[in-house]
Amino acid sequence: MRRYILHRLWQGAVAVVGALLIVFVAQRLSGDPVALLLPMDATEADFEAMRSALGLDRPLPVQFVVFLRDALLGDFGHSYLWNMPAMDLVLERLPATLELALAGLVFALALAVPLGVLSAVHRGGWIDNAAKLFAMLGQAMPGFWVGLLLIVFVAVQLQWLPAYGRGTVGHLVLPAIALGWYPVAAMTRTLRSAMLDIMQSDYVRMERAIGLPERAIVWRFALRNAAVPLVTLIGVYFANMLGGAFVIEVVFAWPGVGRAVVEAVFARDFPVVQAGVILAAVIFVVVNLIVDLTYGLIDPRIRHE
Amino acid sequence: MSEIAPAPLPGFGVGRAMRRVVGRGFPWIAASILLLVLVCALGSPLIAPHAPDAISLRDAMQPPVWQEGGTTRFLLGTDNLGRDILSRIIAGARISVTIAAYAIVLSGFIGALLGMAAGYFGGIVDAVISRLIDIQMSVPALPLAMLFAAVLPPGEAMVVIVIVLTYWTWYARIVRGEVLSLRERDYIALAKVAGVSTPMIFLRHLTPNILNIMLVLATLQFGSVIVFEAGLSFLGLGIQPPQVSWGGMLADGRNFIEVAWWLITVPGIAIMAACLASNLLGDWLRDTFDPMRRQL
Repeated sequence: MRRYILHRLWQGAVAVVGALLIVFVAQRLSGDPVALLLPMDATEADFEAMRSALGLDRPLPVQFVVFLRDALLGDFGHSYLWNMPAMDLVLERLPATLELALAGLVFALALAVPLGVLSAVHRGGWIDNAAKLFAMLGQAMPGFWVGLLLIVFVAVQLQWLPAYGRGTVGHLVLPAIALGWYPVAAMTRTLRSAMLDIMQSDYVRMERAIGLPERAIVWRFALRNAAVPLVTLIGVYFANMLGGAFVIEVVFAWPGVGRAVVEAVFARDFPVVQAGVILAAVIFVVVNLIVDLTYGLIDPRIRHE
Repeated sequence: MSEIAPAPLPGFGVGRAMRRVVGRGFPWIAASILLLVLVCALGSPLIAPHAPDAISLRDAMQPPVWQEGGTTRFLLGTDNLGRDILSRIIAGARISVTIAAYAIVLSGFIGALLGMAAGYFGGIVDAVISRLIDIQMSVPALPLAMLFAAVLPPGEAMVVIVIVLTYWTWYARIVRGEVLSLRERDYIALAKVAGVSTPMIFLRHLTPNILNIMLVLATLQFGSVIVFEAGLSFLGLGIQPPQVSWGGMLADGRNFIEVAWWLITVPGIAIMAACLASNLLGDWLRDTFDPMRRQL
């Protein structure tokens, strides 16, 4: 187990360095990185100072090492729009994004778990068919469009919930549905097929034979085992929601990391974009690492291997 | 006991292909939708009832024909500048299909080539390419798109580059796995012994064997690309006006969300229909060509 953790940590570190490399390449790709990192009204003296600070006269590998060192020290440049360190600005927005991602995950699970379990238990029944239809349509509807529809029909026409901004629990509902929309289909399908396998296993037959109530078998014992593949999906989608809620945060004017990055793209505030992308990559790696380590908690067999 | 009865002899060529198409529940509706999108894309200036960018303020904000106040002149209504929504949807199909075509061909080609090289040569080549795939996959697609949107000028080329960067790993991973098993086959060994050059082995012996799975991936990617492009264009980072795109139409409509529901609904349905059709057809192709890979 310890070797496994060390191996996964190493892999995670490689992935983060890789992400930094991509950011570095993108920075250099634009021609003059100094033009990206300085405001448009910067003077020639500012340019010179930045050039020597970045060591642009030195060879590229050396520049990358310097970039890595700054990144490790948490220095991702200065937002010239907000006049503060770029990473601080992004981290400041993280709680709002985290709140939305958690709510989105809760929505996805609240829908996917009952749908997945019931469609496996009543295989071929109306719930199964309805879930199939929902999954098919749901996967083809972009989450941000679902969000726009929710704004038109639920917020504007019915006036049930607020359409924009952050504040009350009510503000959270519509963006959470839009963000949690996409994973529902995949989660339902995964849970359904896992449940189908497990409901035919020996121990379920055993539990039936000793007369355990069917409800306990399904929801307490079978679901726990069927949850293992679901955990992987939860990790992947949660990481994606944390690092990639750009469009939905813009649709709902949600003051999170995604919207900050989109605004930074328009303002040509590259340090903030860079910080947001690196944060997303780090979150992605960390969440996946946690997921892999969680397997051992859910399924003791994995722990011993 | 039907298993014992001799199976009907398979037909040849067109006959067999047709039987396959009809016999396995071919998704006719999905295929028709895709065909319609393609026809719109190829013939948009001929089919569209109006010019997609013809402004006519007198006709602004007409609802669709079935709603009170709608006219048959504008079947799906008009936007705030009086532009015909139906014509804009048809024109938008052209952009979506063009982007998807470039993106699919490029990411398929790059991904397949790298995947083949990794699977065929193994060793250091495989290690480098596999690491590259891992790194690429550890950066989620949208943040990557933001990064490139920040450094490249917006427009079709940028959208295609971002999509190719995101999707080449799809092809590379799967082709690599496929080639890993193919290269152990006798006919590959024989070709090598017979002195067939490596590019020739790639072209004549490996490529035909991965075409099926490539077709499946490309079909599935089509829907995915349409949604991705719509998201970027909605943010204003993708296709730039005056070019018409479905995502851009959603962005325009968002400003009138309280008065004109059709500006939001209609382009979204176009995106959904294209994506749904591509998913259904892709699933069918996968089940038909490659029943072992249902879990893809």
